[in-house]
Amino acid sequence: MRHLLIIAATLFAATASAETPRDFLTRFEKEAGTAASAQRGARFFTSKQGGEWSCSSCHTDKPTQAGRHAKTDKAITPLAPAANAERFTDAAKVDKWFRRNCNDTLNRVCRAQEKADVMAWLLSLR
Amino acid sequence: MKKLLPAALLLVALTAQADSYSLPKHAAFEEECSSCHMAYPPQMLHADSWRAMMGDLSHHFGSDASIDDKRRVAITNFLLANAGGRKTGDTRDAQGKPLLRITQTARFDKKHREVPAATWQRASIKSPANCGACHTRAAAGEYSERWVQIPK
Repeated sequence: MRHLLIIAATLFAATASAETPRDFLTRFEKEAGTAASAQRGARFFTSKQGGEWSCSSCHTDKPTQAGRHAKTDKAITPLAPAANAERFTDAAKVDKWFRRNCNDTLNRVCRAQEKADVMAWLLSLR
Repeated sequence: MKKLLPAALLLVALTAQADSYSLPKHAAFEEECSSCHMAYPPQMLHADSWRAMMGDLSHHFGSDASIDDKRRVAITNFLLANAGGRKTGDTRDAQGKPLLRITQTARFDKKHREVPAATWQRASIKSPANCGACHTRAAAGEYSERWVQIPK
C-alpha cells in the first residue's frame, strides 16, 4: 500500500510539471469565469495597451514566426504552440513570462480574461 | 632585432589573451540571463555592480526581468564569485556609484573609442550592448580584435 502511494505521488509529480498549452487556456478561463475569445486575443496581442510595446513588438503579429527582441534584437523562437512544441508546457515559465511581459506592455499584471483570450488566439494559429 | 620579435609576439599574444574571457558554467545563469540578451561574462563588472543589478530585476533597464528568489540568490552568488578583477578597471560612475551598464565602464569606453557614434546606430548593430553584432565569437567569450567584423 505504502509503495503504491509513493508510485502514485511520483506519477502525479511527473505529470504536474508537464502541462499542455490547452491546460493554460482551461486554467485562465476558469479563473476568469467566462469563455475566451480568440478574436479579442488577437486584438489585445497586436495593439499597444498603454506601454511602449505591444506583444507583437517582439513576437510579431504572426507568432507562428520567429520574432526579435525590440530592444536587444535577440532572436525569439515562435510563440504559437503549432510552430513550437516547447511553448506553454511549464507553468513556472508561463507565469514568469506573463508577469514580466504584461508589466512591460501594460504597466500592470494581466487579467485572467486577457490571458485566456491570448491563449485561445495562439492555439487557433496554424 | 632577432630578440625583439619573440618579445613582440609575446606581447601580441598577451594582449589577445586579455580580450578573451573564460566563461564559467552555471545553468540558471545561462538560462535566465540569456533569454533577452547574451549572457555577459561576469568578469565585465565588479561585485558591487552585480549586487545592485540583481537587487532590482523588476526594473532591469526598463524591463521587468524578475525571477524567483531561489534562482535570484543562486545567480547572484555565481556572479559575485566570478566578478571582475584588476583588468576590469573602474566600473563606478563619477559619484562613486556602481555602474550597471557594461557599455558605460571605462574599459568599454577605451576599447571602443575608435567606433564612430553613427556605427552604433546601424540596424545590423542596434545597440552597444549587442556584442555579437561585431564580435563574431562573443558567445565563446572571445573579444579580441582578430574576431571583430563590423557589419554594414
